[in-house]
Amino acid sequence: MPRYSVGIDLGTTNSAVSYFNLGDAQGRGSQQTMLGMAQLTAVGTIEEKPLLPSFLYLPSEQEFPAGSLGLPWDKKRKDIVVGEFARSHGAKVPMRVIASAKSWLCHAGVNRLDAILPWQAPEDVQRISPLEVSARYLSHMRESWDHQFKDAPLAEQEVVLTVPASFDAAARDLTKQAADKAGLPNITLLEEPQAAFYAWCEAMGEGFRKQVRAGDMVLVVDVGGGTSDFSLIAVTEKDGEVQLTRVAVGDHILLGGDNMDLALAHTVNARLAAEGKKLDSWQFNALTFACRQAKELMFADDKLKKAPLVIPGRGSSLIGGTIKADLAREELTRLLTDGFFPKTQFTDLPRTARHSGLAQMALPYAQDAGVTRHLAAFLTRQARALAAAHDAPANVTGQSFVHPTAVLFNGGVFRATTLKDRVIEVLNDWLAADGGQPVKEMQGAELDLAVARGAAYYGWVRQGHGLRIRGGTARAYYVGVETAMPAVPGMEPPIKALCVAPFGMEEGTQADVPPQEFGLVVGEPTRFRFFSSSVRREDRVGTLLEDVSGNDELEEVAPIETTLPAKGSNEGKLVPVNLQAVVTEVGTLELRCLERSGPGKWKLELNVRMKE
Amino acid sequence: MVGNNQAQTYSSFGARLALAVKCFLRTLSNAETAQRIAPLLSDRPEAVPAPQPEPELPPERKHASGLYMLSLLQREGRLIDFLQEDVTSFSDADVGAAARVVHAGCRKVIAGCLALEPILKEAEGATIQVPAGFDAQRIRLTGNVAGQPPFRGALKHHGWVTATVRLPSVSDALDPRVIAPAEVEL
Repeated sequence: MPRYSVGIDLGTTNSAVSYFNLGDAQGRGSQQTMLGMAQLTAVGTIEEKPLLPSFLYLPSEQEFPAGSLGLPWDKKRKDIVVGEFARSHGAKVPMRVIASAKSWLCHAGVNRLDAILPWQAPEDVQRISPLEVSARYLSHMRESWDHQFKDAPLAEQEVVLTVPASFDAAARDLTKQAADKAGLPNITLLEEPQAAFYAWCEAMGEGFRKQVRAGDMVLVVDVGGGTSDFSLIAVTEKDGEVQLTRVAVGDHILLGGDNMDLALAHTVNARLAAEGKKLDSWQFNALTFACRQAKELMFADDKLKKAPLVIPGRGSSLIGGTIKADLAREELTRLLTDGFFPKTQFTDLPRTARHSGLAQMALPYAQDAGVTRHLAAFLTRQARALAAAHDAPANVTGQSFVHPTAVLFNGGVFRATTLKDRVIEVLNDWLAADGGQPVKEMQGAELDLAVARGAAYYGWVRQGHGLRIRGGTARAYYVGVETAMPAVPGMEPPIKALCVAPFGMEEGTQADVPPQEFGLVVGEPTRFRFFSSSVRREDRVGTLLEDVSGNDELEEVAPIETTLPAKGSNEGKLVPVNLQAVVTEVGTLELRCLERSGPGKWKLELNVRMKE
Repeated sequence: MVGNNQAQTYSSFGARLALAVKCFLRTLSNAETAQRIAPLLSDRPEAVPAPQPEPELPPERKHASGLYMLSLLQREGRLIDFLQEDVTSFSDADVGAAARVVHAGCRKVIAGCLALEPILKEAEGATIQVPAGFDAQRIRLTGNVAGQPPFRGALKHHGWVTATVRLPSVSDALDPRVIAPAEVEL
């Protein structure tokens, strides 16, 4: 029997662990416990901190004194460094540090099981796969836990691991694999915006009912270090009981707080360069850090016209080597408030088309930095989807975009009240233009640690306490079916999409078996193109969509494949099969081939790489 | 930890009686035992054998945590660089800019390791009472120090005390004499 519910926030830039004693009769209120994680903060120095920076450093053999990279539970560790020191030293040795592993884990343009990180590192630097990096972070968290809770190992606890709501089936599957690799075979996945909502519920206690009522549509705006993630949660009432349903999730947008600090740093750097002052990469890092502090200083005090930035030189001459600059209020407003949260119309959509599924190599950062434009795209697309659905959990009649009634903010970016106010202001402008009522901000959100805390709370909710958010999968899934037509040289036959997993499948359920039959050749690998849609709520299993190319409701994800194992003499034999989708208790999607006239059953692997 | 007989408390009469009889018999039968017991019964304290002195550590090991604190202040706040630099040739503005680096970094270190608070909560300049039996560690009297407490006086400096001490743990593999390693960029 697990004694604790443990929430793990495996973040793009920081990770955190919170825990909840399952013996407790009620939520922890605002006192939500975090696990201190011992980590190297300098050579030979161990400190315990509630945040584990998601950075991994691969030291060369002679780089550090023998024994100086040891951890309390592994004194002889020398091959990798995880956490604070990996981050700070990595700034001086960029080719040996791995950052943003999570963004690589959901990047279908590369093989996520291949040892490709650090990206473009020189030949002699050891490389590891995005999956392995995530597993290493999780291992570090497990070891920290086990070191402190010797009689209650983490593998035996109720572990809830969070993923962005926008993670597709393959990225979720890889996250689960990383947990397996890290010695955590029993986990449950939870979407981060939902976790933030749970944390808020727990912090509010019973006061939660005062702020949220039936009929409310809560928009969760989660801007983390590296990603922006949106979710809509509808509050309804049935037989006098409040119900929460996660209605929709947004696309994966690689745009976050780190981009904002970088935008400031690049601007100041350009100005310094014009003055003939050149910064090396370490100094640029120091500048980014200084910009973040100046930003927080100015956002906290509206009267400050500018904030000083000082970038120390790397030599021992501190006074002589220090470069001075200022960050002006006007720059802050122009770059961050207006740059990332521009005042736009709800009809203004992000400047580039959505990620089209073309193989891309480096990380596919968002082309448009306007978070509000991404938000507009999300709300308008979902309004169309909800209007088309017959049993939608929310009524969007007459709404050009989904009208939220309340906003829950998450992510350190929103420590800046100015930015929260801007999002509210923009939403209210849209609502006024579309005949809606103004939104309110849900007060009392914990911005930095909410995801880990909410995940821990969710483990307790799963045991039958408190209110649970329903909703099932936020996507429908399709496999590509080639249409039979006479071969035309130079022309690919059009592909139809067969729905195998409808929108909203609950955990632990399996979909119906579509009647369509496929022939699989025993012993030969078979590949299916694989598609998902976050807006097609109505498709049932077996629905066939004509011609996927040009259908902007579908997004191609990495293909799935299987090889039917050969037994004896049946190699090369054609076996008719049906496909069936299952959503596991963990929260991952599994596809199976069922033998048409026999007991055969094979799992299809979600592939880790897009077709070349 | 109670791991052997010497740590027994002898609170019961029976236990004491057993020991007394044992002493009586052994002292009577064995000259060496008598020699060892005699000093324990003496009134002269110097007769008690002195504990073995700890082996002398080299100064850098003895003061390792002090040196470590300096390396921490150097790493985060460049304190040693600042102190070792000749400030006379620089303008106040330059020194001021560097001071920001030192201030921000060292402050972070102090906040991380210590929980500092004033010893006296009253505002500086206020007239306060120093009661009889005051803690001379925490309160220093200056000026016209005469007579008996309670004293009345003006609070000149509120003092600092740390409620907690929390230094990072440092590996023995490190040489504490190295405050900051040389950096060579390849």
